[in-house]
Amino acid sequence: MASKDSISRTVMVALALCVVCSVVVSTAAVVLKDKQVANAANEKKVNILTAAGIDIVDGDLQAAFAKVTPKLVDMATGQFTDAVDVKAYDDVKAAKDPALSNALTATQDIASIRRQAKYRTVYLVEGENGLEKVVLPVHGYGLWSTLYGFIALEGDLNTVAGLGFYAHAETPGLGGEVDNPRWKAVWNGKQVFGADASQPLIGLIKGKALPTAKHDIDGLAGATLTSNGVTNLVRFWMGKDGFAPFLANLKAGEA
Amino acid sequence: MSKTKDILISPIFANNPIALQILGVCSALAVTSSLNVTMVMCIALTTVTAFSNLFIALIRNQVPSNIRIIVQMTIIASLVIVVDQILKAYAYEISKQLSVFVGLIITNCIVMGRAEAFAMQNPPLPSFLDGIGNGLGYSVVLLFVGFLRELFGSGSLFGVEILPLVTNGGWYYSNGLMLLPPSAFFVIGGFIWLLRTWKIDQVEKAEYTLAKHTK
Repeated sequence: MASKDSISRTVMVALALCVVCSVVVSTAAVVLKDKQVANAANEKKVNILTAAGIDIVDGDLQAAFAKVTPKLVDMATGQFTDAVDVKAYDDVKAAKDPALSNALTATQDIASIRRQAKYRTVYLVEGENGLEKVVLPVHGYGLWSTLYGFIALEGDLNTVAGLGFYAHAETPGLGGEVDNPRWKAVWNGKQVFGADASQPLIGLIKGKALPTAKHDIDGLAGATLTSNGVTNLVRFWMGKDGFAPFLANLKAGEA
Repeated sequence: MSKTKDILISPIFANNPIALQILGVCSALAVTSSLNVTMVMCIALTTVTAFSNLFIALIRNQVPSNIRIIVQMTIIASLVIVVDQILKAYAYEISKQLSVFVGLIITNCIVMGRAEAFAMQNPPLPSFLDGIGNGLGYSVVLLFVGFLRELFGSGSLFGVEILPLVTNGGWYYSNGLMLLPPSAFFVIGGFIWLLRTWKIDQVEKAEYTLAKHTK
């Protein structure tokens, strides 16, 4: 028999090990895949509902989410579109696909996202008196990471109904305070636009905002760059390269 | 003390991987800002160390010595991926917070160090226990650091509020340094100091002596 260190023996051991390990790893990945995909989807739904201020009754996520209608918006025209199936569409993936996204110029790209998907999923909450809330996806770069979140607007399409980020990696305790419920509550009732409905004025200021200030949000103490990032990403997505055309159409009933 | 018990217990204080061998400090800095996350990281690392030791000890006589490190890495990496997948499926919230650090268990010097130093020379059962013991040693330090950092940085323990923060209408001004990874250096330093005050034999000999009259 060949010695332990012979070439043939080495190759054999390496091959056997690779086969065993790859079987173990792929089994784990395949068996657990469904659960992981469901987790990620649920996480997103919970965030949409939280931004829209809809309570999840008895932990029944699906029943609560039935109140929300996802729709696709063509970012170029600001109109609803059926070009792709909204259920199968993944905004984050589309933003990386050259066929489904446009590159942004440096002057446009205040949120530092480089590419913007051609279509974006928005969520409408209809009530007895027509449109109650609309939940819009937003994202942009903070200090360490891209923050992904949702902003919900009231039926007047100007007043903020809620804001929340579902994925980010900002410094815990400083930039990570974007998750603080007290800070998020400051957004409720603030106005995105002033007299001009294409120029978003909402943003974070240094220190505490006056309750009477319509467009100012408390800055995050010790997290200037995250604060700037949040201001820029909200202004980008509410601005003319973001959802402003869509909001104007929706207001005029032409979306 | 019997040998088995010794293998399991000694890494906790007498031969602690972080405090005495100064291994695996990087993750001790990164994941200790809240105790929940710390706890899961400890369990994940202990599991990986124990099972990688077990499997490596099982095949230790078959492994050609020229590729032994690669073999160890492959086994450790596979285990880490499995742990990561399980966390993503059953502890989604926490796996999000641990993010890249679960993957980085692969590069944790404790896992690799024990595989090379212990599992390659010893039978499977003692190796498995050695893995658990070292995992526990790592856990003791991490939980100590996590306890102090979460208490003074966020005013809470396991997410339950202990010291009401000023930002939430309480009286406690949180210590911002405690929330940042470098604070773990100070806390680990303090832990090592306490441990060496208690177990004097761990104090290293000075590499030089001061000449007379220099002070």
